[in-house]
Amino acid sequence: MLTLRKNKKGDVLAASERPKTSLLIRKDVRKNWFPYLLAIPVLAWFIVFCYGPMWGVLIAFKDYKPLLGFEASPWVGFKHFVDFFQGPYFWRVVKNTLLLNLWGIGFGFTAPIILALLLNEIRSKMFKRTVQTITYMPHFISLVVVAGMIHIFTADEGIITQVLQWITGNEYSSLLGYSSMFRPIYVFSGIWQSIGWESIIYLAAMGSIDTSLYEAADMDGANRLQKMWHVTLPQITPTIVILFIFAVGGLMASGYEKIILLYNPLTYDTADVIASYVYRRGLREASLSYSTAVGLFSAVINFGLLWMTNSIARRKSEVSLW
Amino acid sequence: MVQYKSLGNRLFDGSIYALLTVLTLVCLYPIVHILFASMSNPGELVAHKGLLLAPLGFTLDGYKLIFRDNALIVGYANTLLYVGLGTAINMVMTIMGAYVLSRRELFFKKYIMIVITITMFFGGGLIPWFLLMKDIGLYNNIWAMVLPGAISTWNMIILRTGFQALPQELEEAATIDGASQARILLSVIIPLSKATLAVIFLYYLVGNWNSWFNAMVLLQDRAKFPLQLLLKEILVANDTSAATMGSAGGVVIDSAGSATAYRELVKYCTIVVSTLPILIVYPFLQKYFVKGVYVGSIKG
Repeated sequence: MLTLRKNKKGDVLAASERPKTSLLIRKDVRKNWFPYLLAIPVLAWFIVFCYGPMWGVLIAFKDYKPLLGFEASPWVGFKHFVDFFQGPYFWRVVKNTLLLNLWGIGFGFTAPIILALLLNEIRSKMFKRTVQTITYMPHFISLVVVAGMIHIFTADEGIITQVLQWITGNEYSSLLGYSSMFRPIYVFSGIWQSIGWESIIYLAAMGSIDTSLYEAADMDGANRLQKMWHVTLPQITPTIVILFIFAVGGLMASGYEKIILLYNPLTYDTADVIASYVYRRGLREASLSYSTAVGLFSAVINFGLLWMTNSIARRKSEVSLW
Repeated sequence: MVQYKSLGNRLFDGSIYALLTVLTLVCLYPIVHILFASMSNPGELVAHKGLLLAPLGFTLDGYKLIFRDNALIVGYANTLLYVGLGTAINMVMTIMGAYVLSRRELFFKKYIMIVITITMFFGGGLIPWFLLMKDIGLYNNIWAMVLPGAISTWNMIILRTGFQALPQELEEAATIDGASQARILLSVIIPLSKATLAVIFLYYLVGNWNSWFNAMVLLQDRAKFPLQLLLKEILVANDTSAATMGSAGGVVIDSAGSATAYRELVKYCTIVVSTLPILIVYPFLQKYFVKGVYVGSIKG
């Protein structure tokens, strides 16, 4: 209370004297007790469910035995990392993660851009809305059902298997049993799931293009294809760059959910990525410390990649995440 | 505008309409195929080759089969419970977080934001997460379906953007009228943000309905399994016993259909039963879903 009175007087005596931080905090908390009260459960959730596992990452450097507990399990340094690097599966999972993501960028990244460019040319509201409603639909179908549909359609007599037989003239049994088929199945089903939904963000960017640019192009005698190529595409480039940063930054990251629903031991040599390997070794085979180390390795690489692509983008195009 | 009617333009338009029509049909066909197959005679279905453009002989036997057994009904009930409870918690937590982050003059806001942002880039990984869930007693506990996903940071930021877009004068006026901060949140901010709240409500709803991974790694009792996990057994692990336990009880398997054929039929029917609610509701709410992407893209 003493400091408070002094400061009140101080305002009159010396205007340059700044109030102490602790006093500011006390005033702030008294005034804003309500938001702070609401912040408590939210922060508690983040601390338990997001920071809790971060602390647990330390078991990557221990030989964690559930019976011994965290404290009593011995430290082993980088043993698990070395095991992973020297193990037989290191190159397989790294290669598969990279290739699956490169396939994803090659086909999956461009597909929604093309869809948005096409939709942008449509004048009929009815037609546009119908196309959008239908192409957004698969986004809402659960992963389990999508995987189930893939299993059905690529089975021995499944419709996709039939089409492939008709095109190539070869006989196929269930396509999910061929390791050469895994990447196309994974990536093209991914396009089906997300082409519509991911086009929204590009359509939003196209909606905000200044119409005078098109008028100027008209004056220059540009045809529609030229306008698409020379006006629309450059105008949405910043959006493309941002999403591309995300995509390249995620080259070594991948979800495991869809993979573990689709792969099997026959296709591990193309389908098993770092994340699915972590899942299988950790939760199915209970190599807890080892798979934590593998997961940590991939998290570090991912962050490095994101950082790198972001700084390249910032230098080259002034578009970046941070 | 003369140019608009030129031959080149019409060709251009024609090819774009054609491309989009083909693309849309390809997108739609898998869904239609499942729907038709679920109503088809299982014997004819197994023998059929090529596209399925109408149900082959009409029967609802598959649907009768899956609802004869309790497993799927229990799964459905569990899913409804998890979706209801989970979405309620999602909304409360997200509103609280978004409200805090939308305050303009909060001494600790900077630090709160840092605590939250770090989690968008770093995480502990699957195994430490799993061990923690066990430690805090969520193993084989229905709260495992609700608590770990209580907040989606992305949705929270969408909502914060919505809160911040409200005119500040409204709040100032309410303050002058003597309203407390709690009163303002409940009577001014929330009612005015209905559209954004609808968006994140739908995202959480769909997410909870489709959730299966936490159930697979954390739940043990079959009685607690949500629909999606049962679906995984039926569709992916190819185990239809959950749906047809006690054989085809009551449904006459005619000469054209075998037990295998009925197992296939059950797959189609479970897909329809689990997916139809969302696909029917979604076209009416499409504008809300899409709005979320727009709001998110401003910040993202």
